[in-house]
Amino acid sequence: MDLAVAHETISRWQFGITTVYHFLFVPLTISLASIVAGLQTAWVRTGKEKYFHATKFWGKLFLINIAMGVVTGIVQEFQFGMNWSDYSRFVGDVFGAPLAMEALIAFFFESTFIGLWIFGWDRLPKKVHLACIWLVAIGTSLSAYFILAANSWMQHPVGYRIDPETGKAQLTDIVRVLTQNTTVVQVFHTLTAAFLTGAAFVVGIASYHLWRAKRGKEGDRKRTAAMRTSLRVGLAIAVVAGLGTAISGDTLGKVMFEQQPMKMAAAEALWDTQAPAPFSVFAIGDVTQGHNSVELEIPGILSFLAHNDFSSSVPGINDTAAAEAAKYGGQPEDYIPNIFVTYWGFRLMIGFGMTSFVAALIGLWTTRRTFWLAPEHRTGEDEPPKLMLTKKREMNVFFTRWSWRIGILTMGFPLVANSFGWIFTEMGRQPWVVFGLMRTRDAVSPNVTVGTQVVGLATLTALYAVLAVIEVGLLAKYAAAGPDTTEQPPAKDPTLRGPSDDEDADQPLAFAY
Amino acid sequence: MHLHDLWFVLIAVLWIGYFFLEGFDFGIGILTRTLARDTAERRVLINTIGPVWDGNEVWLLTAGGATFAAFPDWYATLFSGFFVPLLLILVCLIVRGVSFEYRHQRSGERWQRNWELAIFWTSLLPAFLWGVAFGNIVHGVDIDADKNYVGTLGDLLNPYALLGGLTTLVLFTFHGAVFASLKTSGEIRTRARAQATVLGLATAVLALVFLVWTQAHSGNGWSLAALVVAVLALVGALGANRLAREGWAFALSGLTIVAAVGMLFLSLFPDVMPSTLDPAWSLTVTNASSSPYTLKVMTVVALVFTPLVLLYQGWTYWVFRRRIGVQHIPAAAHH
Ligand code: HDD
Ligand code: HEM
Ligand code: HEM
Repeated sequence: MDLAVAHETISRWQFGITTVYHFLFVPLTISLASIVAGLQTAWVRTGKEKYFHATKFWGKLFLINIAMGVVTGIVQEFQFGMNWSDYSRFVGDVFGAPLAMEALIAFFFESTFIGLWIFGWDRLPKKVHLACIWLVAIGTSLSAYFILAANSWMQHPVGYRIDPETGKAQLTDIVRVLTQNTTVVQVFHTLTAAFLTGAAFVVGIASYHLWRAKRGKEGDRKRTAAMRTSLRVGLAIAVVAGLGTAISGDTLGKVMFEQQPMKMAAAEALWDTQAPAPFSVFAIGDVTQGHNSVELEIPGILSFLAHNDFSSSVPGINDTAAAEAAKYGGQPEDYIPNIFVTYWGFRLMIGFGMTSFVAALIGLWTTRRTFWLAPEHRTGEDEPPKLMLTKKREMNVFFTRWSWRIGILTMGFPLVANSFGWIFTEMGRQPWVVFGLMRTRDAVSPNVTVGTQVVGLATLTALYAVLAVIEVGLLAKYAAAGPDTTEQPPAKDPTLRGPSDDEDADQPLAFAY
Repeated sequence: MHLHDLWFVLIAVLWIGYFFLEGFDFGIGILTRTLARDTAERRVLINTIGPVWDGNEVWLLTAGGATFAAFPDWYATLFSGFFVPLLLILVCLIVRGVSFEYRHQRSGERWQRNWELAIFWTSLLPAFLWGVAFGNIVHGVDIDADKNYVGTLGDLLNPYALLGGLTTLVLFTFHGAVFASLKTSGEIRTRARAQATVLGLATAVLALVFLVWTQAHSGNGWSLAALVVAVLALVGALGANRLAREGWAFALSGLTIVAAVGMLFLSLFPDVMPSTLDPAWSLTVTNASSSPYTLKVMTVVALVFTPLVLLYQGWTYWVFRRRIGVQHIPAAAHH
């Protein structure tokens, strides 16, 4: 391989691997923080044991997960300078600001209050302790907001000028960077997708426990109560978040079509301009060739995605590439991203994510509560629900069994969808790293040798692989163990002044590393 | 005062804050092998920083982010130039972070032993490497006309920088031992004081040589003042530690870090990364900084949020103000 190409390619692989890896933990962190906060609120308000057990259980999984989110985030912060120093020099004036704000505003918030929450069970009054987890939840969303504002600027630069002396981007309007429509819609889409992810995770694990309880493998009614509540909470969130993801995704598509028409055409492998433009559900044959041999298309839908009507024309890859070449110089083919990845990435994002949504919708109906059911089919709050089709009709054994299985199987689907969504977004932007301003090949660190880069890539990838095994092992262990139903909430509400009498002072900590 | 001067100060403050806080974190990590005698004592030490280490680490992330925003060229030159040492630091910080969280998740002896080893090494290495990095920044490195570091990895391992690394390593361990004596109770507290004395004396020797060397090579009047403060604070910390005035000892070992790191920044200014190839190619607060508008925006953000951060981080230390002894460690951390 040509050295210049290798230089860029390795940096891209490293960025792709570390960022996608980071983003496996992030959506779970964002959503589980809020779900745990919600469950703890229910416990503080009602005093019901099942909420306490559910809080502790999901809280534990949340902590195992956030540890990885935190440590992989450090790499994110450093790698712009390490691998993309020319990028950092060119955009730092604009791009650094949201990054620094993220650290100062969001990271301090999360990291401080997570410590208080973990160790504060016997130190803080109940309500103050509850406030801590809410502050963590807010912090994680703020984190997402600032980093996505930075990313949106790469997708669609606004609020800047090019300094005539240095040729570098200069910030002129921070408010525009933080509030442009790309940012707003991207944040909305990413957060709803995050909630879909966490909800599917909760549904999957709860399904596992309820299914076992149903088959008489487990007699612990307290556990069933906690898991049943979790299941319903998870299903409800998945449905709402799934809807939100679809709506915001549609809006994002329109924004993207205006700002990066090539990405939309690439997402559809639409080689030639068409009016009305169809939506390609799948294609057999090589989408990277100008023509696809077998295709299933829904007429007019792409026009709708781009313009909100079913007939307007959507420019194809060839025309868009020619237009960009005319504008920025070079050959049309320089402006065509990897069509195979963008086309399939887009489909896999929607396919995997929406499957979870549909499954949740069905689950929400079949596990509905007493109100909609005939009295003889109602089950107690500490029994696994029967899966009811109509008011009186229970699902047969075969479908019941498969329903629980589907709950478990689709547990990781949105996670996959998220990764493909990002791969699509970032690769569809190529050859640009900052759309219209800077090409990826000009962004890499010129003084970091290929050898050094390979060391970096190999080290991080190997470390990440090892940590993935450990993390999945721990998650599986605690997820399968279920909530510890012998655990009791602290007997008395701690006060902020701390224990006064000596007897208390020698009590073991409620939580210790 | 120009905004870019103010930002130089703010970034210095962030690094100083980072070394003050994570300094004792690293120290505690190292002491888990040199001070603690058994698992219970190791856990006592780890739990003194349990609720706060993550928040302490964010000082680094903020220093990085603020450098990116206020001095993009500094950020770019530093991080790409010091690629390999930074990669090592990253690996350490990654492993260290999960070690705290994962060590207690399984009860197997090998599992716990491995994570404890990880905590030790991943605290020791960064404590050393940060000193090497700062030694090189202050001393100057081969930076070309395009602001890129063109030296080799070996160039970074010069005697001055290595001495800097040893100094931070021992200084942080000393700071950690003083912190341990302040935050623990029982026998380990007494031993922490004894170790602090030894570590403090070692620090005194190393720091004196390193700081005087710095002063001779790149010092000015201000840095000399900081040097004097650092030395006096260290002597004070040793004395307070002898007298078992642990609060004072900690404040003074902290002041040692503040003054010593402050001295490095003072001898750097107005450069941010001097070039050894041609002084004209040095990165300075002027030629590496962002536009005035960006600096203004960032100043507003910093003025609003920094006090808030200090307030709630301070509150955390207050909430967990109680000393920890072996009697506080629950039999099994997991259920
Ligand atoms: C659970 C995950 C998930 C699901 C079910 C969907 N998405 Fe998505 N999508 C993402 C997760 C995601 C993401 C990973 O979060 C991305 C990457 C960048 C971004 O902002 O969000 C994304 C990006 C993304 C983009 C590219 C934005 C850009 O390049 O700037 C578009 C056009 C859509 N999505 C559209 C949709 C539509 C029309 C969906 C379904 C009806 C949909 N997404 C479902
Ligand atoms: C603020 C957030 C982000 C920024 C600033 C950012 C920036 C970048 C940069 C600089 C590159 C290298 C150039 C390139 O190859 O395109 C890149 C590539 C990439 N990013 Fe992002 N990214 C962000 C978020 C994400 C997230 C959250 C993900 C996924 C989880 C992601 C996935 C990728 C992938 C897969 C590539 C490789 C693309 C390729 O090889 O062509 N990015 N991104
Ligand atoms: C490529 C750019 C990115 C950078 C530089 C980055 C940086 C970081 C850093 C440094 C941390 C650790 C914070 C700590 O120590 O507490 C972190 C965690 C986190 N990141 Fe990222 N990140 C990136 C991409 C993303 C994206 C795209 C999102 C969300 C959409 C995101 C959301 C989060 C969240 C919610 C956390 C908090 C969870 C936690 O602390 O584990 N990050 N990130």
